[in-house]
Amino acid sequence: MAALIHIENLSRHYGDHCAVAGIGFDLQPGEVLGFLGPNGAGKSTTMQIISGVLAPSSGSVQLNGFDLQEQPVKAKRGLGYLPEVPPLYLEMRVDEYLRYCARLHRVGAPETDRAVAQAKERCGLNPMGSRVIRNLSKGYQQRVGIAQAIIHSPRTIILDEPTSGLDPNQVREIRQLIRGLAEECGILLSTHMLPEVQSLCDRVLILHRGRLVYAGPVSRQQRNRVLVTLAEDADTGYLATLPDVLRVEALNPLQYCLTLNETHRPGDIAEAIVRRGGRLCELRTDQDDLERIFTQVTLGEQIQ
Amino acid sequence: MIRVVAGRELRALFLSPLAWSLLGVAMLILAWLFLVQIESFMQLQPKLVAGASELGVTDLIIAPLFDSGAMILLLLTPLLTMRLLCDEYRSGTIRLLFSSPVTSTQIVLGKYLAMLGVFSLLLLLTALMPLSLLLGGTLDIGRLIAALLGLGLLLAGYSAIGLLFSSLTEQPAVAAIGTYGLLLFLWIVNLSGSDDRSGLFEWLSLSSHYRPFLDGLVRSGDLAYFLLLIIGSLLMTIHRLESRRRGD
Repeated sequence: MAALIHIENLSRHYGDHCAVAGIGFDLQPGEVLGFLGPNGAGKSTTMQIISGVLAPSSGSVQLNGFDLQEQPVKAKRGLGYLPEVPPLYLEMRVDEYLRYCARLHRVGAPETDRAVAQAKERCGLNPMGSRVIRNLSKGYQQRVGIAQAIIHSPRTIILDEPTSGLDPNQVREIRQLIRGLAEECGILLSTHMLPEVQSLCDRVLILHRGRLVYAGPVSRQQRNRVLVTLAEDADTGYLATLPDVLRVEALNPLQYCLTLNETHRPGDIAEAIVRRGGRLCELRTDQDDLERIFTQVTLGEQIQ
Repeated sequence: MIRVVAGRELRALFLSPLAWSLLGVAMLILAWLFLVQIESFMQLQPKLVAGASELGVTDLIIAPLFDSGAMILLLLTPLLTMRLLCDEYRSGTIRLLFSSPVTSTQIVLGKYLAMLGVFSLLLLLTALMPLSLLLGGTLDIGRLIAALLGLGLLLAGYSAIGLLFSSLTEQPAVAAIGTYGLLLFLWIVNLSGSDDRSGLFEWLSLSSHYRPFLDGLVRSGDLAYFLLLIIGSLLMTIHRLESRRRGD
């Protein structure tokens, strides 16, 4: 099966300024791909290129196996896109607007009503159908934007900061909605909220100054570091003297992070601690969380 | 797809007071002109009869009405067309259109069709005024149809140019000013003199291609002029949308 989004060597220049430089990635069906990066890293530009709003300066985009430049209509059929600013006609009513979006995305006339009802249901817009969009709150406008992106049951959904400007309850609802959508389609999601990525995404891409600096899982194991938890607050000076230990960092009085050399074996460490009379509760390999990865790759620290 | 875009545009036009007020004002002024023409015709009529003149209702009422009507509509059209694409750029809704399975050509034709819809309505209402004269007299129906065709083509040309300017900028006022500028220029360009060398200006002018219709002359040259104007403007608008996507 072809990837939903397949991008190769994509670049985009604004005059002399290079917004996106030679990035490439795939989005597979059933996957939620987090798209991260500091402001101005080129996230929105990339998303606009994938959805056909901007043309790339070079490189190719394939949606569902169709080239976006050569067969734009076919490529965009299975695509739903929510830009940073929801593309709403403020003077229209919610129902009217959604019906228009459905027709624009080639939902047939007989199915339009059902599609509108379903999208409203999923986005919690049922009581708002006859309201004029201008009079809705920011949160509801954002939901109308999301409803617009999913109304034609697309296989690929691109969401550019879907939860910005929403209150915590609304954020939770939208997350649930995204989780539900992910069962049927592939989602490319950009956001500044790292916990959101951690809870929703299978994989992340981190963009920095137009380049792809990280593509991988939301956390990664650090085989050289182990976390040790001891049962009681005793003298722990001996930890630094254990074999293979290079550095000891106290996270709290009971938990320590040990940096080890390449040849260590966790079992030896455990045995050594017990022999010294330490009451070992837990010993596990440390993981880099997303925040640490993000800081490392965007602030230029070396990734080990 | 063209119908979907046109349908939304028409609904938006008629949801806002803009289309209504423009149609209302246009009808009011045209009706006033019509009545003025009738009055002056009534005063002239005894002399015409005495002089056995060939001039009739069509010459003295319909032709002047359509002549000044063209100028009045020139003043109103840019206000109607200026928002067509500007607003989409400004509010970001152009992204919805660009990310939908719709081509630039379909977007432009949809918008254009909506304008033609509004103007067909206007044309229909305008046609009712001369037709009401049938209640008390006879008309040269062929000439009336030629005049209506001429006005229709002229309005179609106005809208195509308006749409083009609307695609060039994000400021509706700038689009309107640009449209006014070009339309007025095309209207008066043939005033520059009447020697041999002004043939090009004569050919460029809207008025020199519109007036023959009022005399009942439907010439293929004039038809070609209007079609060229319309098709050229629409092609440039489509090109403009495409180049906007490329960002230059």
